[in-house]
Amino acid sequence: MTPLLQVRNIEKRYGVRIGCADVSFDLYPGEVLGIVGESGSGKSTLLNCLAGHLSPDRGEVIFDTRVDGPRDVRQMPEAERRLLSRTDWAFVHQNPRDGLRMRVSAGGNVGERLMAVGARHYGDIRQTAGDWLTKVEIDTARMDDRPSAFSGGMQQRLQIARNLVTGPRLIFMDEPTGGLDVSVQARLLDLLRGLVRRMGLSAIIVTHDLAVVRLLADRLMVMKSGHVVETGLTDQVLDDPQHAYTQLLVSSVLQV
Amino acid sequence: MYVAVKGGERAIDAAHEWLADERRGAPDVAELSISQIREQLSLAVNRVMAEGSLYDPDLAALAIKQARGDMIEAIFLIRAYRTTLPRFGVSAPIDTGAMRCDRRISATFKDLPGGQILGPTFDYTHRLLDFALMADGAVSPEVKEGGPTDAVPLPHVTEFLDREGLLQPEPEDNTPPRDLTREPLDFPADRPLKLQALARGDEGFVLSMAYSTQRGYARNHPFVGELRIGRVAVSMDIPELGFAIDLGEITVSECETVNQFTGSKTEPPQFTRGYGLVFGQSERKAISMALVDRALRWEELGEDNVGAPAQDAEFVLSHSDNVQATGFLEHIKLPHYVDFQSELELIRRLRAEAMMASTGPREAAE
Amino acid sequence: MSYNFAYLDEQTKRMIRRAILKGVAIPGYQVPFASREMPMPYGWGTGGVQVSAACLTPDDVFKVIDQGADDTTNAVSIRRFFEKTAGVAVTEKTTEATVIQTRHRIPETPLSADQILVYQVPIPEPLRFLEPRETETRKMHGLEEYGLMHVKLYEDIARHGEIATAYAYPVKVEDRYVMDPSPIPKFDNPKLESPALQLFGAGREQRIYALPPYTKVFSLDFEDYPFDPSKAAHPCALCGAEDSYLDEVIVDDAGGRMFVCSDTDYCASRRETGEAA
Repeated sequence: MTPLLQVRNIEKRYGVRIGCADVSFDLYPGEVLGIVGESGSGKSTLLNCLAGHLSPDRGEVIFDTRVDGPRDVRQMPEAERRLLSRTDWAFVHQNPRDGLRMRVSAGGNVGERLMAVGARHYGDIRQTAGDWLTKVEIDTARMDDRPSAFSGGMQQRLQIARNLVTGPRLIFMDEPTGGLDVSVQARLLDLLRGLVRRMGLSAIIVTHDLAVVRLLADRLMVMKSGHVVETGLTDQVLDDPQHAYTQLLVSSVLQV
Repeated sequence: MYVAVKGGERAIDAAHEWLADERRGAPDVAELSISQIREQLSLAVNRVMAEGSLYDPDLAALAIKQARGDMIEAIFLIRAYRTTLPRFGVSAPIDTGAMRCDRRISATFKDLPGGQILGPTFDYTHRLLDFALMADGAVSPEVKEGGPTDAVPLPHVTEFLDREGLLQPEPEDNTPPRDLTREPLDFPADRPLKLQALARGDEGFVLSMAYSTQRGYARNHPFVGELRIGRVAVSMDIPELGFAIDLGEITVSECETVNQFTGSKTEPPQFTRGYGLVFGQSERKAISMALVDRALRWEELGEDNVGAPAQDAEFVLSHSDNVQATGFLEHIKLPHYVDFQSELELIRRLRAEAMMASTGPREAAE
Repeated sequence: MSYNFAYLDEQTKRMIRRAILKGVAIPGYQVPFASREMPMPYGWGTGGVQVSAACLTPDDVFKVIDQGADDTTNAVSIRRFFEKTAGVAVTEKTTEATVIQTRHRIPETPLSADQILVYQVPIPEPLRFLEPRETETRKMHGLEEYGLMHVKLYEDIARHGEIATAYAYPVKVEDRYVMDPSPIPKFDNPKLESPALQLFGAGREQRIYALPPYTKVFSLDFEDYPFDPSKAAHPCALCGAEDSYLDEVIVDDAGGRMFVCSDTDYCASRRETGEAA
């Protein structure tokens, strides 16, 4: 099977400081990869390099495109890359304000990606937007309200709906449960797990929260100081950590 | 029977006549001469030259007279005139180091070679109305000390810091700068373009932007390294002669600020600078310009964008020109009844639909 | 002191003509040009005036309308400017004019292939009020990312039940560029597909764009909320026309009002030829 995403030797430096270096991995269709590490470990830099928000200094990000098969995203013209990022790719920001248009209604937020790829039937767009609001457990009566009137959890669910509406194959998530209360986190995680499984999505989730990856990720990558220090199946890494840093991470969670 | 309003031509002619009459004011008061304006309202003349981008004190004085003292209107007159002038060539960069200074102060050094020259400044005047000026024929006192004749070239204050490597050097670049008056404004704008826009930008706008940085919207800790005002020669290479000749002298105000800079891991701490240069004695504008220039350099100097208006080159450059601003602002006086009519119809229809929706059920019940 | 024919010097006119030609070659694309300071204020038609100056020849017959009328003050002022600086013949008749400069209207009388219609444009960027940054909007045009434009229309329908844009209604040109037709009422949008050459000049914003003859111009909409160019259903009180755009005129203190053609030449010609009811 062709990997959906092949990452080769990604490196990003900020002056002399290493953002991330020597990162390589394959991601297969339907697979969820968790990237964990403390803040400053380079996991967000890596995610942003993969998603095209940052330009890495070297390396390849090869995506298995629908039409042309595997292609290095970094070599694509900007137009193609941007098209990819609003069709087959999705990005869920930690802060929903970064991923939503706060002055556009919930329905408009979900509908934007549809309109961006050519949907021109208002009724259909609204119908699809309504379906997606239901899927992320937002009452369709709130469809014409702006996200600024929503709670943090609702905003995050709306951001997820907005991203998934075009049926992407790969979703990047940056601390998706970051700013939420614990009870709200659990509900969101549950929702995410359901959606990822049902849609057969591949996902890369960056988090410092091991509970999140325990629930969602098939495989784990542990990062420290910009480098990957350990990889493996989630349960294996969490239950039998090999690297001293991973052991520390796991034990600090167990203490909580 | 309704007859559509006619008579635009007559109205315009009548308005112009009335305007000319108002400009003149009461006929029993002597008419202002251009030389009076040039000599006695010289700071107004300077501002019109600076923002009109044309160094001609007589024409600037004429514009002020014609505009009834409305500065932006006078600047507009000069701009509209300037754009019709043929271009013979480009002068050599002026050498402000060779300036014969009427005024030269530094806030960073108590004393320095050449000394501080206060010059003709309002700085330490007490702002009390001088009723003696109300009397006709008041004669100004003679200048006892200083005065323009004493001026000699003085070194730039920043040179002293430069020599120690304390001030970030500006890269030498001899590519001809883009010309804002001959090319459309294009983003991203490089520093020469930003400086051009600021130099002819509205004094009030540039002042407010500079002030905002002082109040914490992208604060950059400026010191006035040096402010100098004086005369510099303008010279031009004449291809037929094969050398440069002096065309004349202009007065300019130049300000260099010295700003704090924390340094980075690769570079030791250094001061940075902001730069302002304006036609005539226009020191408020020159200092403001230097502060805004420095704020706009955040990217080049690796600073954070804190989202302050003065850091936003597109915002600053797109809104600094008062001739553009006033034209667009005042154009809303023009008739807009076609657009308004279409809005009117839309609003009436939407309201009717809303009324129908809210009153509909009640009617049905009746 | 005398000015060059049509005020601008020949070098400047060449620069403007190059921008116009580029605009014609890429319909709907906003070409940056080095707009000059004109002797009338920015926002008062300097873009249109520069385009007209670059197009006019001594044989041209020039017409200027503002809000459809030849007699409004700014139309008079611009017409006089070219009478004085170019010495061209002027007319109020749409059919006689070879170059027509307009603000906010397209004449009711259909234009022909030997006419040029020059629009005065205040804000040429149709995306400006969705995205204030020039660098960003240029990228959106370059990459044909117009989803945001439809989000705006979607929001209109969600809030008001219809697309609540009454003038400066955005269009897509030849299936490529989204363009602001200047603040003409949407009633005029169908007339954008024309045998005449249409040029758009924005002086303050330093942009020129064009619609070559017979260019396809599509007013943005949704399939189930199609573009509707209709206007209030009144006939003109003077000439009885039912197919022309009308100004509403308040005629007395009691709020009495009547509707008359905004296109003064159209209205007058109908009355002259006895077409008035």
